[in-house]
Amino acid sequence: MPTRTEPRWSGYRSPGFFDEMLVGGRARDACTGVVRYLASLGAELLDRQRAAELVIQAMGITFTVYSEADDGDRSWPFDVIPRVISTQEWNAISAGLVQRLTALNMFIDDLYGSARVIADGIVPAEVLASSTNFRQQCVGVRPPGGVWAHICGSDLVRDRDGTVYVLEDNLRVPSGVSYMLENRLVTKRVFADLFRDLDIHPVDSYPNRLHDTLAGLSPRPGDRPTIALLTPGVHNSAYFEHAFLATQLGAHLVEGSDLVVDSDDRVYVRTVRGPVRVDVIYRRVDDLWLDPEAFRPDSLIGVPGLMRAWRAGTVAIANAPGAGVADDKVVYAYVPALIRYYLGEEPKIANVPTYLCGDDADRSHVLANLDELVVKPANESGGHGVFVGSAATLAECEEMRLRIEADPRNHVAQPILALSTAPTLCDGQVVPRHIDLRPFILSGERPYVTQGGLTRVALGEGSLVVNSSQGGGSKDTWVLDPTVFGPPVLDPTVFGPAELTDR
Amino acid sequence: MLLSRFAESLYWAGRYLERAETVARMVKVHTELLLDLPRAAGVGWLPLLAVTGQGEEFLDRHTAPEEEDVVEFLATDTKNRGSVLASLAQARANLRASQVVLPREAWEVVNNLHGWAAADTSGAIDRRTRLGWMDHVVGQCQLLAGALAGTMCDDEAYGFLLIGRHLERADMTIRVLDVQAGVLVGQSQGGVSGGPGALGGSDPPDTPYRDVTWMGVLRSLSAQQMFFRTEGGGVSGPAALRFLLQDERFPRSVEFCLAATARGVGQLPRAALPLASCAVAQSRLRALTITDRFTPGELNQLVDELELGIGEMHEILARTYFQLEGVPPALVEPA
Repeated sequence: MPTRTEPRWSGYRSPGFFDEMLVGGRARDACTGVVRYLASLGAELLDRQRAAELVIQAMGITFTVYSEADDGDRSWPFDVIPRVISTQEWNAISAGLVQRLTALNMFIDDLYGSARVIADGIVPAEVLASSTNFRQQCVGVRPPGGVWAHICGSDLVRDRDGTVYVLEDNLRVPSGVSYMLENRLVTKRVFADLFRDLDIHPVDSYPNRLHDTLAGLSPRPGDRPTIALLTPGVHNSAYFEHAFLATQLGAHLVEGSDLVVDSDDRVYVRTVRGPVRVDVIYRRVDDLWLDPEAFRPDSLIGVPGLMRAWRAGTVAIANAPGAGVADDKVVYAYVPALIRYYLGEEPKIANVPTYLCGDDADRSHVLANLDELVVKPANESGGHGVFVGSAATLAECEEMRLRIEADPRNHVAQPILALSTAPTLCDGQVVPRHIDLRPFILSGERPYVTQGGLTRVALGEGSLVVNSSQGGGSKDTWVLDPTVFGPPVLDPTVFGPAELTDR
Repeated sequence: MLLSRFAESLYWAGRYLERAETVARMVKVHTELLLDLPRAAGVGWLPLLAVTGQGEEFLDRHTAPEEEDVVEFLATDTKNRGSVLASLAQARANLRASQVVLPREAWEVVNNLHGWAAADTSGAIDRRTRLGWMDHVVGQCQLLAGALAGTMCDDEAYGFLLIGRHLERADMTIRVLDVQAGVLVGQSQGGVSGGPGALGGSDPPDTPYRDVTWMGVLRSLSAQQMFFRTEGGGVSGPAALRFLLQDERFPRSVEFCLAATARGVGQLPRAALPLASCAVAQSRLRALTITDRFTPGELNQLVDELELGIGEMHEILARTYFQLEGVPPALVEPA
């Protein structure tokens, strides 16, 4: 019988980086139980990885890659080793995210209202004037509770010294939450024994909380408002998630052509029983395509008259049109100031120091230090157009310099962070790979932050690109309380020897 | 409440799945039939193209109805929208668009079947593998029907799938009768002792083959065994026609399909107009008496009327449920 090589844990090191699980060959407090268990599995860990991949295939968890022919559905790439965060740390992060979203929502509401923040000189007027995501059509609208970004996906990273930063806030149509939920279903199947013995926080209350958040926006209070999830259609890269969430929410999964706005400024969904009034639209279509009457006239995926209905208050839209103004990476630089301004508090989660190329002094600094910086376009998402100075050729640096000089307002620069690593199975070995984390924050009457979120992992050695469209994978994220660990609590038959050695 | 768009997708999925299954079965049966017939019987591949109404389309692209070309055209040619493979692709696209209202397994069956058929197009054409290929398509379509019946709520979504299936099935049965029975009824006109234009003309010179082809008609609609059980053996033209048109219990008879469609439509809201259009076709069929003296002219007229009736049912369903024509807004408020 061929002998399989066991994944080795004792020699695991991640020099120069903060590793989420192990430090100097020893498990971090929150990870003790998990690491001992995983190490005790020996080669069986590889079977669990294979089992997870089969579960994913059988459950049909896919994502779409645009460049492929046909419909390009691929199985969701998943690493079976979970990412662990302590309850204590997570509570602090959650509080910071709620604080951040509260300030961001106040900012958006202010911008489309009296714009006090500009008058008071907190954010310069030019930033607003040149923002591609500011929507004139939204000025003067007051959504319920002053909340514009009901659903936010913020990207968190951890630097070398262990500090957690918010890297960006996605306030338009953030995706990934369905994969967070599906990842948990997968690990529950392959690590059922661990779930019995560890106090891992469940993640599956998200759909209910999302439903409550959306239902709470209904202009017709009642116990069962009609909710529709508006998708660009089956060819959108996030269609799997749209279908998944619509099912979980009990919402109609609609495309633009399924909705009509009548002369009474109300929105109806076309059903075989006739048109049915819609109260809340969870839209996964970008602003500019929402309504050809108000935005791009060539949009075929929008609903003519939708903005009219929204402004008339007959339908709620989440996220509200125009919320993306706070998604701008230039606005990002002002978030700490916004938190102080609106809440009178110090930010609980750090912002990455950000240089605005629109500012003369900042730009000089950026151009002089390109090789040590990351440069990002101000209004792109999905990792598009990101320039990493340390990895760029001279020609690429020169090209970046020209792009910055041509359009300084739309470029920001940040120091290159040493993203933390986590043990990941690659070719049968446990190796360090860089990760980030996308938690989802619901804002409404009762704010809610997911327990953990979607951990994305860059599968290539040394790679920092975690996007699934560019070779990234994912891990389940376990928030658990390490204080319940300790030799008396652990079942030795499950958790293996206390010393971290290979079998 | 079912979105109109999903209703339309499911209706078409029902139609395309039925078409894929029926065309595959016809190709299989015709292949078997030709093995039995002498070349001199002169039965080639044209009747099959006539059933699908594609003789002209085929001859635009091919000089003669050669076996392999016809089979390719009917089974795997994706430029022919009525081929088995094109029908599966359409069914798949429609089911994909309405995935959220379907059991996950159902989508997987169609997805796999389409992938399999697209990957093995030569298997459909080669005589040695053709029957197995066709059997697989028929079998998987039936597996899907079973999976849906066993796992899906008997709701509006399932209703539209069934309506699509039954309308398509009625349509295909009528087409088969039009062409194949038409040929047989016509042949008997020239019979030795039969009256002019009569169905029951006895003892034409090619008697054994006439029986074979009436059986072929029954077989291409999976009707042979049930026909014998119901009629007690012996194939006669009038009996076969009566069975395929008017039998109330055989699931591929026109009567059964129309009744099933009417039952499905009856479960839907605002069904008065669609139901009325079903009733027109049904009463035409019920008023019909098929005797030995049934002529090709009568058969042609009946076929034309039934085809028109089915076309009209489709139009009215589309206007009522897919386009929501004439429905005032806010007709329904959520419960």
